[in-house]
Amino acid sequence: MGRYVIKRLLMMVVILWCAGIVIFTMTYLTPGDVPRLLLGAQASSETVEAKRAALGLDKSYLSQLGTFMVNTFVKFDFGTSWATNTYIVSDLAERIPRTLILGLSAMVLNVVLGTLMGIYAAINEGKWQDSLVMIIAMLFVSMPDFFIGLLLMLLFALKLGVLPAYGIDSWTGYILPILATACGGMAVNARQARSSMLEVIRADFVTTARSKGQKEGVIIRKHMLPNAMMPIITGVGGGLAVVVAGSPVIETVFSIPGLGAYMLNAINTHDYPAIRASVVFFALFASCAVLLMDLCYAFLDPRIKAQYSKGKKVKDK
Amino acid sequence: MSEAIEVKRTNPAVDFMGRVTKAFSAKLGVVLIVLVLLFVLIGPFFTPYGMNDVDLLNMYAGPSLAHPFGCDSMGHDILTRLMLGGRYSLAIGFCSALFGAVVGIILGSIGGYFGGVTETLVMRICDIWSALPSMMLCILVSNALGSGFFSTVIALAVGTVPGIARLIRGQILTERSKEYIEAAQSINCSNVVIMFKHLLPNVIQPVIVTTTMGIGSAMIMAASLSYIGLGIQPPNPEWGAMLSEGRSYIRTYPHLILVPGIAIAITVFAINLVGDGVRDALDPKLRD
Repeated sequence: MGRYVIKRLLMMVVILWCAGIVIFTMTYLTPGDVPRLLLGAQASSETVEAKRAALGLDKSYLSQLGTFMVNTFVKFDFGTSWATNTYIVSDLAERIPRTLILGLSAMVLNVVLGTLMGIYAAINEGKWQDSLVMIIAMLFVSMPDFFIGLLLMLLFALKLGVLPAYGIDSWTGYILPILATACGGMAVNARQARSSMLEVIRADFVTTARSKGQKEGVIIRKHMLPNAMMPIITGVGGGLAVVVAGSPVIETVFSIPGLGAYMLNAINTHDYPAIRASVVFFALFASCAVLLMDLCYAFLDPRIKAQYSKGKKVKDK
Repeated sequence: MSEAIEVKRTNPAVDFMGRVTKAFSAKLGVVLIVLVLLFVLIGPFFTPYGMNDVDLLNMYAGPSLAHPFGCDSMGHDILTRLMLGGRYSLAIGFCSALFGAVVGIILGSIGGYFGGVTETLVMRICDIWSALPSMMLCILVSNALGSGFFSTVIALAVGTVPGIARLIRGQILTERSKEYIEAAQSINCSNVVIMFKHLLPNVIQPVIVTTTMGIGSAMIMAASLSYIGLGIQPPNPEWGAMLSEGRSYIRTYPHLILVPGIAIAITVFAINLVGDGVRDALDPKLRD
């Protein structure tokens, strides 16, 4: 297993480096004369040129890219914001926890509820409970998460007045955004859990367990679920990436000063270092999610495990 | 082969007559899509208002006989804008799903068919490509290209390419060692002909399913983009743009967001129902 983990970690680092190049290039190619945009139309052309030199924008693409890559991935220095002159690292340190709280709680919620919904639908296959759960899931998949967010806001904050509509002054501010983020993923998980449960529900080992008089609850927990887990886990990893990536939209809806809102604000103010830094972090979270998923997968799948632990097995014997 | 052709000709909803609930949901999806298409394509001919007709007396008006869905902040008739905006939304969803699928199929076919270094290269490109979550890619590309129709289509399509490429390449891996490929090579078929005439029909089924579902998710992404200020922008009557225009009035005039939001939900719901039907119809395990 150790070798597999190291191999995957190295791959992740290389992929993040390449993603860094892509991020830099995409922002580099974005049209617009940045120093002019930052200083406004009234600024004289000398000040604009001075600003250009100060930001290092007069250098060639390769030299700018090199500086960016070394600063970001070797020195872990994201520089200062072009718009506010604050250290980007401290800006991010303040905002990332909020996005992570949001993303991770939504993730937990949608995995647990989604899987339960899927199992419930699968064991009631063909009955009205199944159709009901699947229709609810389908409706959630079909609505943009920010629309779900707006609906929740309308109902709980504006009509009933029980939860705050904006901001995160208290922990209650997180409830609606977490629900809004969780709904879509929950539906996806429910559909995934249902179909992978249905794959095993008619398997021979389930019939065997039933024929020896095993209780239905035990059959579901001990026989079906472990065998249906693999596709569900794949969904979790992908889901985490989606949840974190969806944060710009949800954070806009609920005015949460998180990483996504920071990135959008940076886009609007042409603050390229801040855009790059936030996207690098988004890429980092997504890669970590994929990595975790792969590790779980390897841990659960005896075939992948065997590939990397042959030496160990011999020693054990 | 004959089986594959037969499946293409029959309606996926009809394929499911046996399984009542499923057949029903897929049928419902088809009916809903037809209704939505009629609504956006034919509807505008029956409305007395134009897209930009301003009715200052009825700004923010709620539903009434003259304006069944009310009016927006400019006094535009929401029903009319919903019909015309639906054309944008549907066209964006359809074009970007299709565009992403085509690029993905080409990349995946090249990688899967040639194998070796080409394959490694294509797959590593896909790895890097998907290291950025598709929403981020979409935001960055949309920001770089601007807010037109085609820029938005490209921005939305970019995120779907690596998934499709992987899917196609995975399918080709199991197909490329089969005899008919060898036979085609032995009669001097060009690589392009083998890839797209012989291999593609045998590997395209999962892509059809993904792409059908992709239309719906592209529409959702397009709406999200509009909402955060990228993509198609108000006053263009795209559904997402209408939603983002209405968000300032959520306290006072909730119908401004409810109407376009429900329109998106119904359309994507219908597309997903049909997508499910297509998946089940193409699933060899379920096809008896």
